[in-house]
Amino acid sequence: MPVRRWWERGRRIPGALSARGLGVDAEQWPQVARDVAAAGGVLQSLWVSREPGSDAAVYGAYLTDPGVLVTELTLPAGGEPPHYRGLEDIFPAASRLQRAAFDLSGVRSSDPDCRPWLDHTSPYEFVRVDGEGVHEIAVGPVHAGTIEPGHFRFSVVGEKVLRLEERLGYVHKGLEQRFSGLPILQGHRLAARVSGDSAVAFSWAYCQALEGMSDCALPPRAVWLRAVCLELERLANHLGDLGALGNDAGFAFGLAQFSRLKEDLLRAVSAAFGRRYLFDTVLPGGIAVDVSTDAARALAEVVCAVCAETLELRAIYEEHEGVRDRFTGAGRLEPQLAAKLGVIGLVGRASGQARDVRVDLPHPPYTELPVAKIVQQGGDVAARAAVRFAEVQESGRLLERLLSGLPDGERAVAVNAPADGAFGIGLIEGWRGPVLVALQAGPEGSIRRCHPHDPSWQNWPALEYAILDNIVPDFPLINKSFNLSYSGVDL
Amino acid sequence: MLKTLRKIASIGLVSETPPVPDELLRVGRALDDRIAAVLGRALCIRHVDAGSCNGCELEIQALGNPYYNLEGCNIRFVASPRHADLLLVTGPVVKNMEAALQRVYAATPAPKLVVAVGECGCTGGALGECPAALGRVSNVIPVDVAVPGCPPHPVRILQGILTALSPAA
Repeated sequence: MPVRRWWERGRRIPGALSARGLGVDAEQWPQVARDVAAAGGVLQSLWVSREPGSDAAVYGAYLTDPGVLVTELTLPAGGEPPHYRGLEDIFPAASRLQRAAFDLSGVRSSDPDCRPWLDHTSPYEFVRVDGEGVHEIAVGPVHAGTIEPGHFRFSVVGEKVLRLEERLGYVHKGLEQRFSGLPILQGHRLAARVSGDSAVAFSWAYCQALEGMSDCALPPRAVWLRAVCLELERLANHLGDLGALGNDAGFAFGLAQFSRLKEDLLRAVSAAFGRRYLFDTVLPGGIAVDVSTDAARALAEVVCAVCAETLELRAIYEEHEGVRDRFTGAGRLEPQLAAKLGVIGLVGRASGQARDVRVDLPHPPYTELPVAKIVQQGGDVAARAAVRFAEVQESGRLLERLLSGLPDGERAVAVNAPADGAFGIGLIEGWRGPVLVALQAGPEGSIRRCHPHDPSWQNWPALEYAILDNIVPDFPLINKSFNLSYSGVDL
Repeated sequence: MLKTLRKIASIGLVSETPPVPDELLRVGRALDDRIAAVLGRALCIRHVDAGSCNGCELEIQALGNPYYNLEGCNIRFVASPRHADLLLVTGPVVKNMEAALQRVYAATPAPKLVVAVGECGCTGGALGECPAALGRVSNVIPVDVAVPGCPPHPVRILQGILTALSPAA
């Protein structure tokens, strides 16, 4: 059945611009997934809700052409422990989501891989590669640089990687459980800390879900300022990554220059918003800080200078033979494989997967400010660097328009807590890709359940493929070109 | 090549004067004068993310940029705790990182200075103590200096490191 038919049966979900929900039975649950896959859609998230005294439910959220389609399969409580059909044969990214969901809820899928994911209490069984001369290299959880913890198990012959297996979950902090019971009007603070480098994307997605449920009409000025924050976050992260990519290719000049530009930008952000990283800036009903006309102009000038210097540095990167040699062909993720794995966000766009929520399902202010989607087909480190270089310029262009055209008005309005049981979805294109927040209200203005989803869930498994047949010393470079979140998926 | 050299020449030196130690950040012991004098000339740091959201990591990375120029203060990050004089620990310590943190601490040679960075590292932060997290860093290993902030400014982090290095005022 075409996805459109499922979509038409669905009921509108408040929050994200185009989101619909559909209760399905056990037969329809995989059928919708198959139909979405056949139509070129992707699985955005999968989670399980299970509360004492009520039926468990498993949710699948898909990115389809008409919008976000959420299916809900109720798993009646009763004699047998609740159980559902896994979707890993249709969307490979489902596997880890299902394993994590089991660790959090005790609800098992039919996935043959039942190894624990977030639960680290028992030893982990890595898949062994046998053969003459094969040996394993174990890396982590504590890494050599200033980065998040995770474990990588390489099976190699000489320098060549035959297999990489990731073991994550080290920074699991029980975020979802922590959300439950918090006052719903304060949950944006915790949402911002799901993955600190995507604070704006997560807090906006959270607020979008909440405001949709509360029927809150945002003042235009707040919406524009939120987009300013989101594009600044994208710009700052891309600058940091471009510097680190140069460094990992042995070009320390790149790190020095880009880390200087990032600092220039952060100082300008701090002058305008009073903080370098925009935690707790997006809040229910609007935004915490207003920006004066002078501050907006000063910020726009710095953004413009940073973008101009990035263009100069791009030319230097492109004509540097050492950098070109290391970037080109390294960690290639072919578009066909990227499509099969359901890769999304920046990594997806560098492998021909042309998805960007700001373009495909535009919400204000992007409805008034069309975004150019940046897509590359190469799928290698060079392509992922090229997407970042182009997105720096595109965010720069958007920031100039946003900062010079801020509508007058209030920076925030009051929001009421939604009714008990209300359900909303937020979907925002963060710098890594689409960030989703599924939010359900509880009694007396509390959160019943909040599921935040980082696009790294989809893209981590793709890294295991991108590294194949590359050499171990190229892993830091390839890994950096993906730059995925650990905290965002460990929850 | 010419473009690269021209860029280096046109930017020049942007490094700023490092901050002075701040006794208010000290929560544990102070170093003996003689050890401080030796370490002060070459300090090696190992960073451990014990459960952070990655916010503090961004500001720690900023210490290496040309403005804060950490290496200009004779301080550098090393890849193994066995080479480290000081551990820079972020995050509420989560259960899944408890063993790794304890092993890193055990592998670090004396004087084993520890600086806890960020609100979560200092107090447990937004998460506090829960079934999956053990809260502040000092719940798991001894802490000498605590730098609050969410995330703290790079200058504050540098100040915390310099405080750990300095003998008590």
